[in-house]
Amino acid sequence: MKLGLVIDLDTCVGCNACAVACKQWNTSGTTGPLSDLEPYGKDPTGVWFNRIRNYEVGDYPNNKTVHFPMSCMHCEDAACVTVCPTGASYKREEDGIVLVDQDKCMGCNYCAWACPYGARELDREEGVMKKCTLCVDRIYDENLPEDERQPACVLTCPSHARYFGDFDDPNSEVSVISRERGGESLMPEMGYEPVNKYLPPRAKTNVQKYVNETKSISKVKDWVNRLVSR
Amino acid sequence: MHPAFSVIFFTVTSGAGYGLFAITALYHALSKHQVMTSDQILLSSGIALALITAGLISSTFHLANPKNAWRAFSRVRTSWLAREGLLAILFYPIAFAYLFFVWSGMQGALVNGTAILGAVWAITTVFSTGMIYACLKTIRQWNNALTPVNYILLGVMLGAIIYALVASMGEGMTKGVITTSAYIIAAAAISKLIYFFWVGAPAGSTINTATSFTSSMVRLLDVGHTAGTFLTDEFGYQVARHRLIALRWIVAIFAFGLPAIMVWLSLSTLSVTTAYMVALLSAFAGVVTERWLFFAEARHVVNLYHGSQQC
Repeated sequence: MKLGLVIDLDTCVGCNACAVACKQWNTSGTTGPLSDLEPYGKDPTGVWFNRIRNYEVGDYPNNKTVHFPMSCMHCEDAACVTVCPTGASYKREEDGIVLVDQDKCMGCNYCAWACPYGARELDREEGVMKKCTLCVDRIYDENLPEDERQPACVLTCPSHARYFGDFDDPNSEVSVISRERGGESLMPEMGYEPVNKYLPPRAKTNVQKYVNETKSISKVKDWVNRLVSR
Repeated sequence: MHPAFSVIFFTVTSGAGYGLFAITALYHALSKHQVMTSDQILLSSGIALALITAGLISSTFHLANPKNAWRAFSRVRTSWLAREGLLAILFYPIAFAYLFFVWSGMQGALVNGTAILGAVWAITTVFSTGMIYACLKTIRQWNNALTPVNYILLGVMLGAIIYALVASMGEGMTKGVITTSAYIIAAAAISKLIYFFWVGAPAGSTINTATSFTSSMVRLLDVGHTAGTFLTDEFGYQVARHRLIALRWIVAIFAFGLPAIMVWLSLSTLSVTTAYMVALLSAFAGVVTERWLFFAEARHVVNLYHGSQQC
């Protein structure tokens, strides 16, 4: 299996619900707590597995705001695992999820240096590295109804911009949608083969614009209208 | 990259220690004329071990969870950090065996063999330190062959200066020791200057490849956090361009220029010990600045998600 996410940049509205759901689930999950420092202070900071950035793509008038959620890509050739000296970082054989064994991590930050996506954040309270687990403590939980065995971010997304599934199965929802809509990898030149795919925004439909008539009589009418309204 | 003092201190002092050990052992094993007496060799190697140990202890200060540091040797097959740790630990028995042989007055193939093994081992350890940084594809300024070369040459340079300083206190000091240190300073200077010229050229990942929008302009509107994060603290460190250039001059003058002048003066006017004492202080300050710059100039690609257009 090759579990991962597909994120639809066309429908994402940048509401941050996925980040909040992630924080809520994981802070009380197996990798929790996701410590916050000075949560009510001037500069609140803390661990998040999922962060949303906002970009402007293209130049006016052909520009578009794109909301951009990012979490661990669960790379096939994960550099964070390669560089880890302690063996705390590992990639699971069975489903490809990249995890940190918190009992082995010595907090050297080397994996965060190797990750181009900023997926790893040091928990400064506990001194160990933390990262997205793809909700490994949720997706296999047989006590949950079957349709809820999905990452918290995917379940909560109100605009259905997130999909979870197995990329090894060519007929899975994630494989089909990323094939049909040209799912892209981020920074492919690094060669880490990120599993998560990003669907580009759809092309804008061409809208017919109303054009003002330019007859001289309509100009006079416009002038009179403006005069009267005063 | 945030320049962590513990890591700067570690790489500079342990690099100097390994360099000093390598030079001491190689001179002992390969030179026909004995520059140092046994006592001087013990002193010189003792200084080397003290520097190495101080550096290694300092390196654990940047760990957020040092109680697991003993696990750092378990991924030798893939991780340069694990390799460096293992080489550094296994260096001790070799160094102590060599020191014991010298102390017991032994001579011949066994001592010389241990000396050469120790020297090669020391250089390999510094090479691994350099490879910790050079293997990271995420940091263009480090991901090149000059990184380990500079680590080795600067370590050996500091070692050669300390060696000449210790040797100058004895009878066996020769002009050859001075010219050797001059050559090493020249080699280290050339390699570092090539690096400084090379590192200015922009190349590599852009905000476009980072976001997959490769055919249009991409600008960051909002970074998504109101205060700093671990990522911005660790990777967002940035110094004004003109200050970086000024610091490069400081490196050129203190690490290479002044030591070279002192070496030259030691051949004529100044006493060798005084000249090399000044050279050592100057070179140490210069190399610490160099190591600080090595981190401060490095731009991690994660900055592309925090607004940089190119790294």
